[in-house]
Amino acid sequence: MASRPIRPFSSRDAVVCRNVSKVWADGTDRAHPALRDIDLDIAPGEFTVLIGPSGCGKSTLLYLVAGLEPETEGEIWSFGDRVAAPSPDRSLIFQETSLFPWLTVWQNVSFGLSIRGTPAAERKAVAREALHRVGLTEAIDKRPDELSGGMRQRVAVARALAMRPKVLLMDEPFAALDVQTRTKMQDFLLDVWRESAASILFVTHHIEEAIALADRVVVFTARPGRVKTVVPIEIPRPRDPFSPRSEALRKELTDILRDEVDRAFAEQEALAPA
Amino acid sequence: MTAVPQPAAAREEQTQAIGAAHAAPATLRPVMPAWAGRAASRLGFTLLSVGLFCALWELLWALGISDPRLLPPPHVFLGNFPEQAKFFNTAQRWQVGVGLNTGPSPAGAVMITIAASAARVFAGLLIASTLSITIGVLVRYYVAVEKLALPTITLLSPVSPIAWLPVAIFLFGIGDAPAIFMVVVALFFHMVLATISQIDGVNRNFINVACTMGATKFQIYARVIIPAILPGLLMVLRLNLLGAWMVVLVAESTGVGYGLGQVIMLARNTFNPSLVFFTIALIGVLGFASDWTLRVVQKRILYWVPETTGVLRGL
Ligand SMILES: Nc1ncnc2c1ncn2[C@@H]1O[C@H](COP(=O)(O)OP(=O)(O)OP(=O)(O)O)[C@@H](O)[C@H]1O
Ligand SMILES: [Mg+2]
Repeated sequence: MASRPIRPFSSRDAVVCRNVSKVWADGTDRAHPALRDIDLDIAPGEFTVLIGPSGCGKSTLLYLVAGLEPETEGEIWSFGDRVAAPSPDRSLIFQETSLFPWLTVWQNVSFGLSIRGTPAAERKAVAREALHRVGLTEAIDKRPDELSGGMRQRVAVARALAMRPKVLLMDEPFAALDVQTRTKMQDFLLDVWRESAASILFVTHHIEEAIALADRVVVFTARPGRVKTVVPIEIPRPRDPFSPRSEALRKELTDILRDEVDRAFAEQEALAPA
Repeated sequence: MTAVPQPAAAREEQTQAIGAAHAAPATLRPVMPAWAGRAASRLGFTLLSVGLFCALWELLWALGISDPRLLPPPHVFLGNFPEQAKFFNTAQRWQVGVGLNTGPSPAGAVMITIAASAARVFAGLLIASTLSITIGVLVRYYVAVEKLALPTITLLSPVSPIAWLPVAIFLFGIGDAPAIFMVVVALFFHMVLATISQIDGVNRNFINVACTMGATKFQIYARVIIPAILPGLLMVLRLNLLGAWMVVLVAESTGVGYGLGQVIMLARNTFNPSLVFFTIALIGVLGFASDWTLRVVQKRILYWVPETTGVLRGL
């Protein structure tokens, strides 16, 4: 494949993807293309939401940006540096909860600081601050299995915030929550985002959630994922989910996504043996 | 019960009695805490389970179905303790200058024998688990160790402990050392492989989290992988503890100073079924007690692992 010329980009940008492709198990007979030619720019302090059909490579892109997996082709940059390995500047909140069950809540939150050798008293103070921001100060000495699913996700958010990352990567963090808790968590996330000035790349399946949160919604095609459309959401916050503009955007995004899912299923059907 | 009209006073008395019955547990609680109650009930069922087994055996004997010369029932082989105990701790009795009727008391002799076997089991278990966990971790930590050590370990793991017995005697002669060696060799290979598979089973997300926070390889092993595999390792240890009890008997039967295995061997050579069953009963109690000890340790160390037995019972 002849590689395309690289579009110029600013070294101020929080995340820059240029011609990024990912093939899982590349070079084997199980090779499995997940992403193709992704071009994406995320400005400092921008809230970008990623949606797309299941299995289209959204989590894969977050893994690449976090530096946990190498890209097969293309380049990923963050604030002027090529992404080659994980960095505390880019925190990833995983799709499944990933708190260490053998640590208490505050020890989980300050795990990254303990890696750097910060003394315990200081760590606890930082943890308390981060937990305060997610409204869980009273759970500070509990263990993860004593918390509800939503509380655990908030602890995971606090853990990511305690690292003071410049880029926050979030993989369907609120997928398991009920509508009310989810709305609360969204409000809280927007508060945290405003305070921290971090750039956020947020994956979700919920169009309502995308419209409630995003500065821009990036829609992926079915696998291998490519950027299909970018829809800016220019509604001032706080947003009313039932305003006519929200309704119109919801319809627009639903139509785009339905097309894509239909196309994915049609392709599957064509590939399936008769 | 028929509905007989009761005088008001009697009815009042009855309700009072019911009230008292309700209040009773509250006043009892300080005397007997909940955990003690649970432990007592568990012990009760253990005794019941063993009791039923023994009763069945006694019944077969009473009906004349089982021959008491070959399968003496519990009241026979447990009944004459001093008679059985004189076969224990024979080493000290055979020492030069020690008369036949001197030496430790019957109970003392049994205790010395038990302590000797238990010490071998725990020494072997300690050495085997330290060695195998260290090597298992090193195999995953350094590729070179994996390439050099793993094939041999895999190759040797199916060899039966019995096959190691001559090796133990060639290497260590007679005494404690070969018995401990047997325990170690019987457990080591399996525990290395178990450690490796535990490490491979660690949730990828845990490792990824540590990576994104800038942890070094050493920190990932020390802070994430070791605590994550600890529950599995302790389970492996518990299963192997029972294996250790089995192997130590084989090792002791080859002639160490004293030990339960030697008593069994003696019983076999002198055709003494009572002594065989008496020793088997002792080993059963010991295995049970050591498993229980390890389970207590497990609960202490693994404070974060939720209890699932209660959930399974509820199914
Ligand atoms: N570690 C892996 N090894 C091989 N293939 C993988 C791996 N992880 C993901 N894939 C494949 O890559 C494709 C994209 O997966 P990914 O998890 O990125 O999808 P997703 O968009 O996050 O889906 P969902 O919305 O269901 O979470 C899938 O077809 C999946 O089978
Ligand atoms: Mg995903």
